[in-house]
Amino acid sequence: MTDLKKLSSNIKKIFPGYQVNLQFDEITLSVPAQDVSKVLKKLKTMSQLKFEQMIDLAAVDFSEFPQKNYENCRYAVVYHLLSLKHNSRIRVKAFIKDNSFPVIETITSTYANADWYEREAFDLFGIMFLNHPDLRRILTDYGFIGHPFRKDFPMIGNIEMRYDPSQKRVIYQPVTIDPRNNVPRVIHDEGFRNG
Amino acid sequence: MAEIKNYTMNFGPQHPAAHGVLRLILELDGEVIQRADPHIGLLHRATEKLAENRTYIQSVPYMDRLDYVSMMMNEHAYVMAIEKMLNLQVPIRAQYIRVLFDEITRLLNHLLWLGCHALDVGAMTVFLYAFREREDLFDCYEAVSGARMHAAYYRPGGVYRDLPDHMPQYQNTRFSRPNVTHKLNENRQGSLLDFIDDFANRFPRYIDEYETLLTDNRIWKQRTVGIGVVSPERALELGFTGPMLRGSGIEWDLRKKQPYEVYDKLDFDIPVGVEGDCYDRYLVRIEEMRQSVNLIQQCSKWLRVNPGPVISDNQKYAPPKRQDMKEDMESMIHHFKLFTEGFHLPKGEAYAAVEHPKGEFGIYLVSDGANKPYRLKIRAPGFAHLASLDEMTKGHMISDLVAIIGTQDIVFGEIDR
Repeated sequence: MTDLKKLSSNIKKIFPGYQVNLQFDEITLSVPAQDVSKVLKKLKTMSQLKFEQMIDLAAVDFSEFPQKNYENCRYAVVYHLLSLKHNSRIRVKAFIKDNSFPVIETITSTYANADWYEREAFDLFGIMFLNHPDLRRILTDYGFIGHPFRKDFPMIGNIEMRYDPSQKRVIYQPVTIDPRNNVPRVIHDEGFRNG
Repeated sequence: MAEIKNYTMNFGPQHPAAHGVLRLILELDGEVIQRADPHIGLLHRATEKLAENRTYIQSVPYMDRLDYVSMMMNEHAYVMAIEKMLNLQVPIRAQYIRVLFDEITRLLNHLLWLGCHALDVGAMTVFLYAFREREDLFDCYEAVSGARMHAAYYRPGGVYRDLPDHMPQYQNTRFSRPNVTHKLNENRQGSLLDFIDDFANRFPRYIDEYETLLTDNRIWKQRTVGIGVVSPERALELGFTGPMLRGSGIEWDLRKKQPYEVYDKLDFDIPVGVEGDCYDRYLVRIEEMRQSVNLIQQCSKWLRVNPGPVISDNQKYAPPKRQDMKEDMESMIHHFKLFTEGFHLPKGEAYAAVEHPKGEFGIYLVSDGANKPYRLKIRAPGFAHLASLDEMTKGHMISDLVAIIGTQDIVFGEIDR
């Protein structure tokens, strides 16, 4: 692995004005959504960076996140890039301003494999990828309504499917089960462990 | 002159060569594929959403069910992400056990891949042979965790328990013949490590058997050589990892390049292909099996002479000993807290990846400081591979499509998540 401190200061120099974080031996570069294609193109092509491979693309819904982040943006798209040449990784977080209708530029022209990953993010989070060649749902059922991984989408879903013996066919109906949570979500205050 | 036009065909999801629930919409010109549009998601269980509502320990068994032919590797990436965020030290013995079982898992995965790939392409025998060997490996799983497949053996801070001293044996029933039972138990007289060593000694010969059936087989070569060729540049662009990337000639293996656990102390080689076709990927995986056997032997040798703890003694994250719980109040409280509330991860985010048999399997964890993940993203290698199916099959025949699905080592548990 390359020297992380050197790489992160290098990235700070190349991308002035963006926030660069170093946590758990990983570098995170936070950018506003409108700059993402420009930044990624640079990360891919610059000879001292050469992040040739996009390993992962994840969308995150920060609406229930207790700490405020980056101008209160609800959605972020997180790219994990890998450089085989320099044996280094970087995470790029693109925060989307619009909380009700999130739109971000596609990066399929830079990384070809982003195609399906962006479809997944669209399907599960409802993030629109501008200029994407084929933005369809990918993981959910045909005719599914809603974006299931958003924090306001219930765990048990909205619709259930069952076989109806009287109609002799499969029907869709509103869910009949109750949400169940046996372990509450707990966040301790600062210094809880120290008494 | 007859009018020729393209037609669209539906392939799967109930097709024996579709490896589970793959549904393809094929646009054909005669028998030549113009476009393949995979419809995935039929096995989507929203593991990532479920994990947001479970404590960190409760999600471990979900990981088994992602790629359900290489169970422990999935757990490995998950516990590594947690350990990374907690800065939790794993005892050295646990690290060796993890590597040992990672390689056993790699054999399990490659054996299933080999059997199914060969079966798809028309060779029945390899399938039967491969499943015979898988049975022994499942017994190793069972001996150590109690479950043949979904082990939940890796825990944050180490592994669930140490390797057993006795290998479970077959019992006589009223249906079995005693001499057969005795024969089945022959290599189960000693400890688990004895059994593993016995297997590791036998296994290279089995690989030779597979190779005599396939490597120089004319039909096998006709069906795989020059099929689904991916250039190294394109393989990178398409996000290929693991044997798919190495088959195209790029030497990249996380075990060597970004070593985790004790891989940097072990001696093994990384096989690389040349042409980037199905045949080269087959050769790469076969050689990986040989290397895995080598690694298993090295780990087993080390584990025999180095006893020690197998899980962290930090009781905030790893359960205390059963004995201590009976006598020590604090241990009991730790146990209670650990299995009700669970432990908390510090605020932040981490990505941990392992060299899964299929490629790079990664876990991206976002934590807000709670006892449950805020967001868990699973990086499944198969997802990127299947996304390239359209490109890889373009211009090939339908029969080649089956070979390409086979070479990609598609398992829907991880693709649909």
